[in-house]
Amino acid sequence: MTKYILRRLGASFLVLLGGSLLLYVLTINSDDPLKDLRESNADNREYLIQQRTEFMGLDQPWYVRYWDWLTGVSKCVTLNCDLGTNRNGVDVGSLLGNAASSTLRLVVLATVLAIVIGIVVGILTAIRQYSGFDYSVTFLAFLFFSLPVFWVAVLLKEFAGIQFNNWMQEPTFSPVQIIITALVLALILSAVLGGDWKRRAATAGVTLVFVASAMTYFSAVEWFRRPLLGFGFVAIVGIAAAVGSTTLFVGFKNRRVLYSTLATVAAGLVSYFAFRGVIEEPTWPVLIGLFIMSLVVGGLIGWFMGGYSRKPAAALSAFVGGTMALLTAADMAVSHWASFLSLKPRPISTIGSQTPNFSGGFWESLLDVGAQIILPTIVLTLISVASYTRYTRSSMLEVMNQDYIRTARSKGLSERVVIVKHGFRNALIPITTIVAFDFAGLIGGAVITEKVFGWKGMGELFETGLRTVDPNPVMAFFLVTGTAAILMNLLADLAYAALDPRIRR
Amino acid sequence: MSNSQTPGSDSYSIEAEIPANTKTYSQGQLVFRRFVRHKGAMASLIVLLFITLTAITSIGVGPLPGWWDKDYTRATAVLDGGRPTIGFFSLGEHPFGQDTIGKDYFALVMRGTQISLLVAVTVGVLSTIIGTIIGAVAGYMRGWIESILMRLTDLVIVIPLLALAAVIAKAASDQGVFVLALVLAIVTWTGLARLVRGEVLSLREREFVAAARAVGTSPARIIFKHILPNTIGVIIVSATLSIASAILLETSLSYLGFGVQSPDVSLGLLISQYQNAFLTRPWLFWFPGIMILLIALSINFIGDGLRDAFDPRQNRSKD
Repeated sequence: MTKYILRRLGASFLVLLGGSLLLYVLTINSDDPLKDLRESNADNREYLIQQRTEFMGLDQPWYVRYWDWLTGVSKCVTLNCDLGTNRNGVDVGSLLGNAASSTLRLVVLATVLAIVIGIVVGILTAIRQYSGFDYSVTFLAFLFFSLPVFWVAVLLKEFAGIQFNNWMQEPTFSPVQIIITALVLALILSAVLGGDWKRRAATAGVTLVFVASAMTYFSAVEWFRRPLLGFGFVAIVGIAAAVGSTTLFVGFKNRRVLYSTLATVAAGLVSYFAFRGVIEEPTWPVLIGLFIMSLVVGGLIGWFMGGYSRKPAAALSAFVGGTMALLTAADMAVSHWASFLSLKPRPISTIGSQTPNFSGGFWESLLDVGAQIILPTIVLTLISVASYTRYTRSSMLEVMNQDYIRTARSKGLSERVVIVKHGFRNALIPITTIVAFDFAGLIGGAVITEKVFGWKGMGELFETGLRTVDPNPVMAFFLVTGTAAILMNLLADLAYAALDPRIRR
Repeated sequence: MSNSQTPGSDSYSIEAEIPANTKTYSQGQLVFRRFVRHKGAMASLIVLLFITLTAITSIGVGPLPGWWDKDYTRATAVLDGGRPTIGFFSLGEHPFGQDTIGKDYFALVMRGTQISLLVAVTVGVLSTIIGTIIGAVAGYMRGWIESILMRLTDLVIVIPLLALAAVIAKAASDQGVFVLALVLAIVTWTGLARLVRGEVLSLREREFVAAARAVGTSPARIIFKHILPNTIGVIIVSATLSIASAILLETSLSYLGFGVQSPDVSLGLLISQYQNAFLTRPWLFWFPGIMILLIALSINFIGDGLRDAFDPRQNRSKD
């Protein structure tokens, strides 16, 4: 296995090297880098030309320039990268640092969301093949990946961003809005859960009443200006996560796992109060440390209470522990919404990855970054979700038609075990390939999303670099996408080994 | 079962097994029947044909005049703020309105549709040919030829599609739309090459290929006459979908400014030119976008219908 992975890494490294040579040569030959200066009438034209020639090494042949770039990059092995300078002499490494952090933040968030939503929806549509729900999701998926990215981005800016800001001035629902939203949600939920018409009617009715009353309440107390989740919400969602994950992965009857996840929820609720003072004004290291701690504590609780099913108990308890930590953080962030609104009355501005000169506490700044990332994330997620849903659906249908699924059903296993353990686990193998391939492509695709939303990300680095025939920024962009592609393929190889025991040998 | 009925013996005939009054279908007929029954695909086919015909006949092609009397290059006086005049049963003077300087927007959008469709179809055909040949040769020849071809594929894949397309398109800008289409084809064949190679790898081990080889058939003839016809489903579906993605890729490139260059128009270029007019003249933004959406959506649905027709394993059995 190790040998296999090493060989794959070696091959990808060579491909990356070849790709860098190809891209470098293509970029420097795409146009004349001195075009704008040759046409300019500036007095110091000769000086400017000479200066740029020096910065870009234009007096040297292409292979010397490429070699210079390559030796600079090879210093990355000793953590001392030299990515060269752009045509104005600015160090590309420092440019890349800022650009990569905002782009990766966007792409990683979109990928994670797309994987979770895409896989869940894909499985649901596969289980309910040829239902109204299946047809609607299929249509929406086709619609989403037929959308021109920049077009939908401009629409979102107008209809989601600006209209939301307007609505936020007086965040109430009219009766018509309440009725329509509740009806739509009731229809969707009853279609997803399925069953005979009686059960569907019951689902729809309960959803209708619940959504309508919740919206009326939120509207009446102006919840959206001064939102609060509170202890009760954290407790209910935590318990739901514990019971739900236990039921889904090991079955409700497995008391050991159930009790250990519930104990984790209890520990999480205790620390909800215990750490309140610490996370009122935290720093990133503190928050990340607390998150890791909650994973570890959850894992330990599962490990010691798990008994005969120690491993699933530890894994699920760690998951529940992480959920509790995220819920506590979300509760904290939401409670700062009111003070955030007073700092920034129109919460979503459609340009930039954060508000310049924003002065607020930790949570206010987090909300600011969050408000800025929502719209581009939606754009990127929509497109990926569409393809993940389709792939999961077809991969799930392929697996569910196999003989071993029939065997599993005929020996009396419950439908949950058949779908989750026999079906889903095998369906995950092809999905892993798609996700690994998609990630690097998504960074490339983010070029357009970033342009529409005015982010100073890697897309801008690449686009400006190419427009000005400046190879070093373009190559920095390629370095990040190429490395991401190799890393994701490595992760995919490891995931195969975890999913398919035949590969582990 | 008696010995005389086993396949291969002289007296056996499959026709004798089928009742005389049953109609039989060839593989192609079965695929066609399944495709025609796919409602979404048929509706999409009609929409796509309608759009294509409208785009071609309205403003004409080259020297041939069309039925629409306005030209996409000539500006006239702006009427009623350039608002669109299209109604349910009438087109009016300027159905899609006028742009900021008074050009007829219907003619502009039709011209953009022509260019976008032209680019997309060219890309679809070219990239399918390149991908099929490279994948088939790599899969059939194995050895060092396969290594070289597949490393070449990896090389193209490792550079993000949009980035590679943008770089080559910039180098080849001002050369017209056919060069642009060629550039897009050069970067989009990789997925199909991998698919075809996978198919060929399994097909080349089959008996009919061994038989062909045994009688001394040349590799080229085996690949094109014996193996590729068996992968036609994969190729056709992939070609259809590559047309849809080529439309979107071309619009993205034109949006970034590396694709179709002004004064020529494409749908992506129209949107990027008028995206700031969204609040004042929203129709300049809506019509080209909806056109792209309609074309890409209908091609995707046709591809889905073709996939179901060629590979009905995932469908509830209907035949």
